[in-house]
Amino acid sequence: MSRFKGILSAAFLAALSSAASADAISGHVVQQETNWTAIGMFIAFVGLTLVITYWAAKQTKSAAQFYTAGGGITGFQNGLAIAGDYMSAASFLGISGLVYLSGFDGLIYSVGWLVGWPIVTFLIAEPLRNLGKFTFADVASFRFSQTPIRILAACGTLVTVAFYLIAQMVGAGALIQLLFGLPYMYAVIGVGALMIIYVTFGGMVATTWVQIIKACLLLAGATFMAFMVLVKFGFNPEALFAKAVEVHPKHLAIMSPGTLISNPLSAISLGLALMFGTAGLPHILMRFFTVANAKEARKSVFYATGFIGYFYILTFIIGFGAIVLVSTNPMFLSDAAKGLAGIRGGSNMAAIHLADAVGGNLFLGFISAVAFATILAVVSGLTLAGASAISHDLYATVVKGGNANEQDEIRVSKISTVVLGVIAVVLGIVFEKQNVAFMVGLAFSIAASCNFPVLLMSLMWRGMTTRGAVVGGFLGLISALVGVIFSPAVWEATLGYPKGSALFQISNPALFSMSIAFLGIYIVSKLDGSVRAKQDRAGFDAQYVRSQTGIGASGASAH
Amino acid sequence: MAASALEIENNPKFKELVATRKALGWSLSVIMLLIYFGFILLVAFDKSFLGTPIGTGVTTIGIPIGLAVIVSAFVLTGIYVVKANARYDELTRQIVEESK
Repeated sequence: MSRFKGILSAAFLAALSSAASADAISGHVVQQETNWTAIGMFIAFVGLTLVITYWAAKQTKSAAQFYTAGGGITGFQNGLAIAGDYMSAASFLGISGLVYLSGFDGLIYSVGWLVGWPIVTFLIAEPLRNLGKFTFADVASFRFSQTPIRILAACGTLVTVAFYLIAQMVGAGALIQLLFGLPYMYAVIGVGALMIIYVTFGGMVATTWVQIIKACLLLAGATFMAFMVLVKFGFNPEALFAKAVEVHPKHLAIMSPGTLISNPLSAISLGLALMFGTAGLPHILMRFFTVANAKEARKSVFYATGFIGYFYILTFIIGFGAIVLVSTNPMFLSDAAKGLAGIRGGSNMAAIHLADAVGGNLFLGFISAVAFATILAVVSGLTLAGASAISHDLYATVVKGGNANEQDEIRVSKISTVVLGVIAVVLGIVFEKQNVAFMVGLAFSIAASCNFPVLLMSLMWRGMTTRGAVVGGFLGLISALVGVIFSPAVWEATLGYPKGSALFQISNPALFSMSIAFLGIYIVSKLDGSVRAKQDRAGFDAQYVRSQTGIGASGASAH
Repeated sequence: MAASALEIENNPKFKELVATRKALGWSLSVIMLLIYFGFILLVAFDKSFLGTPIGTGVTTIGIPIGLAVIVSAFVLTGIYVVKANARYDELTRQIVEESK
């Protein structure tokens, strides 16, 4: 038994440390020389986005404009914005870095981040758009008692956003230090300040356009890099792989699965978190309210899936390109004796060095600026989702009982944005030296174990009641949190308790916490004989018809 | 006089819309789950299969399989969207029309 446990924990740790670190830039970084080309490009990007924010601010007068850009975004634009919201700098640099280190394992890892999107299309996107207005809580609370469900949804949103945001902020600070040679603290404050400006002045309109521009820049930059790599090998992937196998210290092993997945249970649990967490991320769900109707919502996920999938294929080529062009060039190695592993700045810098190798200093500056832009786009979306949960769900619905003055509600959301931004900066600074890699995994686990079950069951199951949703949702949230705190990654690696002392020897709790949430919702709803429960069930028909046909759905606001 | 929710639910077109869309949505979801978790379990249990070289080169069978999982996510989403654009939108339009 103990041997079994030991094998399990070793496997989980191996899987987790390589897997989780791919989505956060972690560890200590050495500050680089100030890169003026990159800073120039970045200033151009910031200038452009500030002009857009100014333009957006002039038309952001109503709550609908602030939260959802008035529902006037097209499916194609929204697809780009979703991709821009989802493809983080950490996944760009982290996944290409993982491919650089381990080859095929990077592909296995990236697949997990994509497979949630079809599920969003098939089960969530259309009913969500038909039922909701500003936040996913509009949908989850549609036929239920407003106050408890809104509080639950706001907790689920804020906890998810908080962990995701901390991981992004710490990653941003480290990355900017690496790329631009700016001190960590200035970098974090700069990101926080820009994000507050975009969201408070420009709301969803500015956030959407920042995300669209970022997605275009990132896709264009990554396409160029992959193209330049393939050109060198006459567009013959076999030639690229052959060269990589020749120069990589692991040789042929990079062409087959390595240590990423050693334990099926852990792998399935992580897979569930990624797959269903995507369908419960508040900043992603919010994007579906920016389009005119269910048809555009459906189209937007289709485009987003295409862009994101294409992007992951590019990162795979980029990682292999880096093996061939970066690891063999002493210019990119801090310790040439260590070869591939001695890459300057760590494996997360593989794509950045490759930019230099294929496009020179100018293109290096471009990719660095794109990486920074990427962070801004992601944190803006997160902050807007968090602020909306506070102003729309907590203030307007819970505190004011649905009778809030629209201008007051907008004011509350702007104040919340500033507060969230300041908190994010402070936490970013506090967590500077901490390993925050587990936080993105935690955000996905909570989204998969609290937001997703409540949302899915409210849409699909007539029998769900307010009490069932609240008990099941909170059980999912708490069990995900507890599962992560007592996991090896936090208990042993972060809190420093001895190896093997973590209560749960599993890297990601989603398999259990999701089951607890669904079971909790089911059992408590079944046992619920209250008057409210009767109303909840009786409300299903009206909700069902609207979710399926869009009759009565809120349309695009006139502007 | 607008139709009530129950009247709309009894509309045969509504029944057709809901039944066919539900069947397609859940089938495609199950297919995606099978593809993804099938891939993960293959990685967990049969690493050597994925590491089998194709022909005489270094490219292994795992590379096209991994890429196929990515492409399948896009294709499945596409199947749903094409079907929905062609059939469900028209049915929905008719239901909305009839319930005015």
